[in-house]
Amino acid sequence: MTKLIKGTTRRGALKTLAGAAAGTAALPLWARYAQAQSSEPIKIGFQQHSTGIGAAYGRWYGRTTEAAVKVINDGGGINGRMIEVIAEDDGTDPKRGAEVVEKFANQHNCDVAFGTLFSHVVIGSSPRAGELKLPYFVVSEGHHVASGMLNRYTLQPGITDVKSQVQAMAPYVSENLGKKVTMIFPDFAFGHDHRDFFSAAIEAQGGEVLEKIAIPPTETSFTKYFPRIPRDTEVLYHVMVGPAVLTFVKELGEFFGPSSPAIFGFIDSLEAVDIASPGLEFLEGTYFWEGNPRYAQADQTEYDKAFRAAVGVDDNGASISDPTDVSTYAHMFGCWETLHVIKHGLEHSGYQGPGDRAKLIEAVEALTDFPEGHAHPQGAKIFNGKTHQVFGHQYISRVENGKLVRVHTTSIEDTLYPDEVDYTTQPL
Amino acid sequence: MEFGPHLLLATLEGAVTAAVLALTAVGLSLVFGVMRVVNIAHGEFYMLGAVIAWYVAHMMGGHPALGFFLALVLAPLLVGAIAVLADVIILKRVDYDPERTIVATIGLLYIIQQLTLMTYGPEARPVEAPFNSRIALPWFEWGENGFQFYYPWGLSTTSYKLAVIGAAGVVLLGVWAMMTRTKVGLLMRATQADRDMALAFGIPVERVYALVFGIGAALAALGAVLIVPIQQAHYLMGADPLLLAFIVVIIGGLGSLPGTVLAALFIGLSDGIISVFFSPTLAKILATLLVGLVLVWRPQGLFGTRTA
Amino acid sequence: MTASSRVIVLHLGLLALLFGLQFILPAYHHGNLARIMVLASYAVGYNILFGYTGLLSLGHALFFAAGMYGMGLTIQHMGFTPAPALIVGIVAGAFVAGALALLALRTVGVSFMIVTLMFAQAGYLTVLYFGEYTRGDEGFVIQQAQRVLWGVDLSNATNRYFAAWGLFSVSFGLSLWLVRSSFGRTLIAIRENEERVRMLGYDTYKHKLTAMIISGTISAAAGAFYGLLFGYAGASFASVQYSIFPLLWVLLGGAGTVLGPFVGTLFMFYLIDLSSGITSAYLLIAGLALVLLTLFAPQGLIGEIRRRFWKNLP
Repeated sequence: MTKLIKGTTRRGALKTLAGAAAGTAALPLWARYAQAQSSEPIKIGFQQHSTGIGAAYGRWYGRTTEAAVKVINDGGGINGRMIEVIAEDDGTDPKRGAEVVEKFANQHNCDVAFGTLFSHVVIGSSPRAGELKLPYFVVSEGHHVASGMLNRYTLQPGITDVKSQVQAMAPYVSENLGKKVTMIFPDFAFGHDHRDFFSAAIEAQGGEVLEKIAIPPTETSFTKYFPRIPRDTEVLYHVMVGPAVLTFVKELGEFFGPSSPAIFGFIDSLEAVDIASPGLEFLEGTYFWEGNPRYAQADQTEYDKAFRAAVGVDDNGASISDPTDVSTYAHMFGCWETLHVIKHGLEHSGYQGPGDRAKLIEAVEALTDFPEGHAHPQGAKIFNGKTHQVFGHQYISRVENGKLVRVHTTSIEDTLYPDEVDYTTQPL
Repeated sequence: MEFGPHLLLATLEGAVTAAVLALTAVGLSLVFGVMRVVNIAHGEFYMLGAVIAWYVAHMMGGHPALGFFLALVLAPLLVGAIAVLADVIILKRVDYDPERTIVATIGLLYIIQQLTLMTYGPEARPVEAPFNSRIALPWFEWGENGFQFYYPWGLSTTSYKLAVIGAAGVVLLGVWAMMTRTKVGLLMRATQADRDMALAFGIPVERVYALVFGIGAALAALGAVLIVPIQQAHYLMGADPLLLAFIVVIIGGLGSLPGTVLAALFIGLSDGIISVFFSPTLAKILATLLVGLVLVWRPQGLFGTRTA
Repeated sequence: MTASSRVIVLHLGLLALLFGLQFILPAYHHGNLARIMVLASYAVGYNILFGYTGLLSLGHALFFAAGMYGMGLTIQHMGFTPAPALIVGIVAGAFVAGALALLALRTVGVSFMIVTLMFAQAGYLTVLYFGEYTRGDEGFVIQQAQRVLWGVDLSNATNRYFAAWGLFSVSFGLSLWLVRSSFGRTLIAIRENEERVRMLGYDTYKHKLTAMIISGTISAAAGAFYGLLFGYAGASFASVQYSIFPLLWVLLGGAGTVLGPFVGTLFMFYLIDLSSGITSAYLLIAGLALVLLTLFAPQGLIGEIRRRFWKNLP
């Protein structure tokens, strides 16, 4: 079993190479599976950010995936077939990402591909997945799927998208923290999504955005931009990604000193970073969006408990074996939940082999409700088969005594918005 | 923030950037000046310095100053040793050929990055500064009561940032003293001026090269230990310093220490001050173009006497 | 057979081989080779400036991106069809290369490296700055329906291979013809000793300017084709990494050889691809391979063949 959940093995690569050399790769593969379907594993290509800027996320996506696959395999697999994960590094690069998708489809003969986080890798890879008709399940929280930019073979059933997350924050922010907001965000598409969707949502609440400060992503020092924050700002909204996030938050604290406005941030600014790091003391009393509360809450569900135990995360959201190794808790549950959706879809489509990929897509599109449970420890969700996007609860936490304590849970309705695409009209 | 305080803050931040640039560039300036090779892995030596600083600080525990000062000694020694090893094993054997050195050091970069990723991990980890307190800065105005000082909102720096500026000055003076006042420096300068002549005079050029490469890497590591409390140790952190240091060295004029300092000040301050007047990304674009245009206007660099 | 016709046969032979390979390669390697041919065209363009003229640029990503965005943005925002969009991309690349050449050619050596690097970096930031149109780092998809060139769907594997082969044949053939022409020989002479060439009465500036424009145009063509064939344009292709890649490929294959860029690109692609299939620490293998290669094949793979066996290989 452990062998099955390991990453790609040399044995696997050699086998495939030998197969290619013998010319069997051109044969219709489902013919082979049809004879041996009960024993052949379900192959899931895992596009992992093992190197590059996303490596901290990739590591935890890997651990979560491993844990979910172990749970599913221990429970009898999918229709009696074990899952085999074939992990390939994409270097957090869209070019390599597309190549990896091709490798999954044409060389490893994967049944599905899964697991991408960074938006540019998703968008660079998705066209190839669509052309190769390889179901591509992303765990990215980008708005790219629901915006209609991608294709019928790309789905995001395990994590909510940035548009719904951001707009669901506006009511709480305007009612509890203030109506005059200044936003600081990275000057790339992810940051622009925050800027556009939050500005619209806060205006709908009667608030306003005073200033929008876009930071160039190559930047490593930030203080020089902070004087742009207007003095009458009531709420500072920040979101930052990449290795310089800690510098950013620290310099923010040093800038304001004792007289800061209310601060509301996306946990992306501190994902995989210990809240108790030196220089972050000023975060006490500030607010964060969390996709999934990093610290075990007082009313922790048994599902969250089981999820933590399976992945190897303690009550502070860090690795059990190394408390300084902080997880990407607000995002990585998406891998766990997506794998369970894949399992569900494979079982309900009567999936036999790669010839049934279209049936798998239709089966997943037909799904609507994911109740909270062991398969969905983050909470209940609603899936929109037309836009291929899932919607769920969002959490707002406050830093109290160096820990994030949940203070608000949005309803799923707060996160909904009108459909922007109907992928089901596209041919399969 | 009002214009005056904003400009002061941006200038101060620019000075910190300049200090950081000077610290990262001084080692490369030495290597590039004496050996005339582009070492793509120079940024990785910098990164190793920061990572070692984290390990030392993490293992020492106790007051952050303990680990920090130990790292200040250990990191340059270790990294310098690694660099000497790389020089003897690789660079010497490709005969310091500029093109082959590029490929070989790209290979070295991959190796160092991957090994760091496998041992240290992908996270950005902080190293605590030995001391760090926020210093609010005063500004003046002509109010009803005439000239008066007050503390504008947000106008501040930290004691550690000021210390980095000071440390940069000390390190640069040290390198300058080494180059002009010691025998080692003399050998280096002789080798830089004319390799063949130096060889003819019995200077062990190969050993000087190994030494220069080691000292260059050690200086990168030293700079990293000083800077890491402001930023964090991360396995990809070497790329930016490499490019910036490279730019500083060329703008300054190859191998010219005063030029390197002046170029660091020029780039750091212009980066800070331009950010006052334009939106952040536009400011970055303009600052980048400015650097390019300086070289178009003065191809040999600010202090260069000849083209390379 | 004369030495010259042997050279022609060898190079045409590679094109014929690449043409034929598509009928026997399994799907995965078929796709890879299409990708490699486009990237190799980029390296061919780079080699003209670096390998033959001796100018080391760190800014070619600017030209690659000019082609990619010239093509992509006109399709995305102006409803262009692929043929005119490709032309816009290539012309954009030629224009950008010419403009940068006017500034950068005032410098040589390391200053040339930095000037090209800084302008390319400014280009990268400009892509981010106009995120409203480019979607910045995230980039945008060029949809299947937008990628039909004269009724030929370029998202189809066979058509893609043909298009990539066509691009590679043109840039490869151009490169071979160029370096055998008197213009190309002058470039090589400039690389070896610019001062002497100038004293012989040649306008070396004009030669370098032309070489840079040709180099930039081929690079832009590669960028435009890459975006069109694989359906995506994004800012990562404008980053400094993509300026260093062609340098690496060319050095690996052999700078100043016509075959080198292709061989280097092929080698690096499969070095990463195969080693990442074996271990997650594949960069370690790649790094070691690069170091060993510089130790044992200092002129690059084709350069080594030329040094040992085939003295007058262009």
